[in-house]
Amino acid sequence: MALIKNRRTASAAGAWGRHVVVLEPRHGWRELGLGEIWAHRELLYFFIWRDLKVRYKQTAFGAGWAVLQPVLLMLVFSASLGRLPGVGPAGLPYPLFVFAGLVPWTLFASSLAGASNSLVNGEAIITKVYFPRLLLPFASVGSFLLDFAISLGALAVVMLYFGAAPSLAIVWLPALTVMAVVTALGVGTFLAAVNVRYRDVKYVVPFLVQLWMFASPVVYTSTLIPAKWQVIYALNPMTGVVEGFRWALVGGPRPDDLILVSAVASLLVLLGSLVYFRRVERTFADVI
Amino acid sequence: MDDIAISASGLAKKYQIGVRRDPYGRLSETLWNALANSLRRRRTEDRQDDFWALRDVSLEVPRGSVVGVIGRNGAGKSTLLKILSRITEPTLGRAELHGRVGSLLEVGTGFHQELTGRDNILLSGAILGMKRAEILHKFDEIVDFADIGQFLDTPVKRYSSGMKVRLGFAVAAFLEPEILFIDEVLAVGDAEFQKKCLGKMSEIGAGGRTVIFVSHSMPAIQRLCDRAILLDHGRVVLNGPTHEVVRRYLESGSGHTSSREWADPVSAPGDDVARLKSVRVVPVGGGPAEEIDIRYPIDIEVEYWTAAPGDLRPSVNLHFYNDEGVCLFINNDWNDRGWWSSSRRPGVVRATCHIPGNFLAEGRVIVTSVVSTYNPTIVHAIEQEAVAFVVVDRSEGDGVRGVYANEFPGVVRPMLDWHVEQVSEAATGPG
Repeated sequence: MALIKNRRTASAAGAWGRHVVVLEPRHGWRELGLGEIWAHRELLYFFIWRDLKVRYKQTAFGAGWAVLQPVLLMLVFSASLGRLPGVGPAGLPYPLFVFAGLVPWTLFASSLAGASNSLVNGEAIITKVYFPRLLLPFASVGSFLLDFAISLGALAVVMLYFGAAPSLAIVWLPALTVMAVVTALGVGTFLAAVNVRYRDVKYVVPFLVQLWMFASPVVYTSTLIPAKWQVIYALNPMTGVVEGFRWALVGGPRPDDLILVSAVASLLVLLGSLVYFRRVERTFADVI
Repeated sequence: MDDIAISASGLAKKYQIGVRRDPYGRLSETLWNALANSLRRRRTEDRQDDFWALRDVSLEVPRGSVVGVIGRNGAGKSTLLKILSRITEPTLGRAELHGRVGSLLEVGTGFHQELTGRDNILLSGAILGMKRAEILHKFDEIVDFADIGQFLDTPVKRYSSGMKVRLGFAVAAFLEPEILFIDEVLAVGDAEFQKKCLGKMSEIGAGGRTVIFVSHSMPAIQRLCDRAILLDHGRVVLNGPTHEVVRRYLESGSGHTSSREWADPVSAPGDDVARLKSVRVVPVGGGPAEEIDIRYPIDIEVEYWTAAPGDLRPSVNLHFYNDEGVCLFINNDWNDRGWWSSSRRPGVVRATCHIPGNFLAEGRVIVTSVVSTYNPTIVHAIEQEAVAFVVVDRSEGDGVRGVYANEFPGVVRPMLDWHVEQVSEAATGPG
C-alpha cells in the first residue's frame, strides 16, 4: 500500500515541477502578456463562440444585420451626400465607393463598441475566476470578424452589380483587415479598462464612433483634405485602412503614405493601450 | 519544496473605502484621475479610509492535503481565496502555487442564461480551465452527474434554480486541477445533491489533489479536511489539525450573538422566494438571551420576507448544533399544521420555535436557520450559525441532574416523565 502511494507521489512530483505560479504585487511596467493569451487561445475561441451564439440567438435577423447595417447606410449616404459633386472620386459610382468604405468601417465600429463593454459585461466571471482579462476585449473584436466576412460577401455582390473587378492589389486585403483589427483592439481595450472604473465610457462610445466616422474617409474621398494636412489626417489609423480597402478592391491611386502612417499609428495605439491595460488590470476584480 | 503545494508569506490585502467610488465625476477630473492613477506608483502606507481585509497571512499547504478555512463573516476568508486563485492581487506579500490551479467560487461560473445546458457545459468548463478535448471526453459523465437529461438543449434561463446548481456543480466536479479552491458553494441546492457533491469532493481529496475549502459548515469541514486555518480580522489565529481549530473557533464564539437582523430585503441572505429578516433567541421568562438557565423555556423567532409565488410553501427549519459540531436535532415549522396547510401571502412571516425548559444540555448551542420549500427540496435562505447561546445548569437540585454534580453526558438533557411506585413491602432490604 505504502509502495503504491509513494509511486503516485513521485510521478505527481514530476508533473508538478512544470506549473509554478507566483503571486505578488506587481509594480511598474511589465510584459504585455501576449504569451498568456496564446496559452489561453482555446478559451479565446470559446469566448468568441459564446459572443456569436448569444448575438445571433437574441436577434431576429441574426447575421443579416452584418449586411443590413452597411447596406442601409450606403443607401442613405448615396441618396444624400452622394448627390454632391466631388464627394467621391471621379469615375467611381458613389454607392460602390461608399460601400467599400463602410465594410471595414463597420468592422471597426462594432468591434470598438463591443470591446469597450466586454469587461463590464464580464463582471460575473472576472470576480469569480482567473483568466487573462485581455481575452474579453480580444474575443469581442474576434466575434465581429464573422460579421465582417459576411459583409465582404455583400460587397462582392455590389461590385458585381457595378461591374467592378478587383485587381491584384486584393492580396493586401488581409493585411488591411489586420490593421483595422489592431486599431479596434487598441482603442477597444483602452476603453474597456477605463469603463471598469468609469461607466461614462458607455455613453462616450456611440458619440466617439460617430465623430470618428466623419474624421475618416468613409463617405468622402481623402483627396478632399488639403495635401499639407494629409500626414496628420493619416494619424487616424482608419484613414489608411479605409483608403487602402478601396484601393485594394475597386482600384485607384495607391495610398502608400496614408497606409504607412496609419499602420504605425495603429500599432502605437495598440501598444500604449496594452501597457495601460496591464497596469490597471490588477484592480479590475476590486473595482468593477 | 517538492511536497509543498502552496506557500504564502506575509499576504495582505488593502481596500480603500469610499475613495474614487463616485462614478459621476466631471469628465476632465475623470480623465486626469485615470492618467494619474496609471502613472503613480502604488502606495502602501496606511490611510484613514484604508481597510485591511487580510494582514500578514503566511501558510504552507502540503501537497495532497485538504485544508479548511474558517472564520466569522468578514474575517478575510474570501479575500484569501481570491488572492490565491489569482482573481485579485495581494497588496503585500507573496505566494507560490505549485501545480495547475482551479477555483470554484460560485456554482455555474460563466453560465450564460441564453445558452443551452450543452453549450454552458462547454463554456463553463473552458472558463474554469478545462481543455476542449477534456470537456468533450467527460461530457456524458457531466450530463449524468447533473441529472438534467432531457433539458440538455433547453436554455439555462428556463432551468429551475436546483437544476442550475446541479449543472454548475457537475461541470466543476470534473475539473482536474492539482490545486482546487472552493468557496462556500454547497450552501445552496437540494439536500440530496449536496450529499452527492460532498461525496465527489471527498474523492477529489483522495485523488492526491490539494484542496482549500472555505465553509461555515463545521460538519462539512470536519468530514472533508485534515487541517484547518482559523482567520479573524484578516489574521491567521490558528493553523492546525481540523478538530483543534474547529474547537477553538466554536469556543471563541467571536461574533456569536443571540440576535441577528438584516435591514435590507435586497441583500439579506436568501433568494427571490424568501429572505431572512431576523433570527432571535428569546428567553420566555426574560433575562439575558446569551445565557439561558437550563430550567427555563426559550423561543427561537425567525422572521423572513417572502414573495410566496404560486403554491410554494416556504418553511422555516432550525438546525441545532453543540460545540463539537454535532447536530442535536432539527425542527421544522410544519409542526404548526394550521399554518402549514394555509395558503401563503407575500410579506413578512414570523415563525417561533418553542423549546421547553429542561430539554437542552449544558454548553453552547449554535443555531442554523433555513427557509426551504419541498418537493423538490430547495433551500431558499440559509444563515449558518445564525445565533448562539450558552445553556447553564446551576445545579440547584431541581433540574434534570438533580443533586448529581459531576459530568453529565448527553447531547440533550430532557426532563422525562418517570413513574416510580412501591410494588411490595418486605421487612428487610436486598441482600
